[in-house]
Amino acid sequence: MATLHEYLVVAAILFLFGLFIMITRRHGVWILMGVELILNGANLNLVAFSRYGGSKFAIDGQVFALFVILVAAAEAAVALAIFLSIYYRYVKIDLDEVDTLQG
Amino acid sequence: MEWVAENLHRLIFYVLAAMTLSSGMVVVFARRIVYAAFALFFTFLGLAGLYASLGADFLAITQIAIYAGGILVLLLFGVMFTQNISMQPFRAEVMQFWPSLVVMILGGVGLITLIKMARFPEVVPGDPQDTIAPIGESLLTTYLLPFELASVLLVIALIGAVIVARARPKEEKHGDTP
Repeated sequence: MATLHEYLVVAAILFLFGLFIMITRRHGVWILMGVELILNGANLNLVAFSRYGGSKFAIDGQVFALFVILVAAAEAAVALAIFLSIYYRYVKIDLDEVDTLQG
Repeated sequence: MEWVAENLHRLIFYVLAAMTLSSGMVVVFARRIVYAAFALFFTFLGLAGLYASLGADFLAITQIAIYAGGILVLLLFGVMFTQNISMQPFRAEVMQFWPSLVVMILGGVGLITLIKMARFPEVVPGDPQDTIAPIGESLLTTYLLPFELASVLLVIALIGAVIVARARPKEEKHGDTP
């Protein structure tokens, strides 16, 4: 039986992948993919603990993960709408060029 | 053969984890964003398999339906609608690759060491059971408020996304559009 630690290591590596994408890339949609990877890593953590953690509130981890999926969907929709607006204005989604609010 | 039967769960976990992490690596290091999007699809599938291996059957199906079938399609639409037609390449696709890689590897080593050092109570999980009924019950009893708030959030996100992404009229007046 795969241990809890192995699931946590996979989740941690997914989190680090997402973080690397968010730090390194400039394309808006790519950064959004990094955010989704981070959220999925957190979800994997939640579900792993819901199974291996204890038997009293075992289903709560999965309900939490369900809400994370839901909020991630809403956030991806709004983020893409914002990227579309940026594209209408700048004709590219290079997030380094969107700096008109910068001091 | 008995070795396979005994360690079947572990074997399945390793195959799924390899699929998820290798697709994740393609998402990180790909050259083009379309490659990354398709690799993300396989990452989501691998994660759905991992949820199923943890006994979360409803969550696995939800992951495929919403993440792979909804969010990923949305991302692909986003990529498609924002392609630069004038074919100007991005300048230097990746910023500060090597420092970030060093930081990520150090962070990874630190995190994995922490995880290995942690002692969790030894729980042998029972046989996986159906999760749809318990999830449905908790959504309507214990987690009723988050459930209703989540529906409000979805309506707000829907309306907001439509308003934000509306095509602008041809003349761009500054105080004109909301």
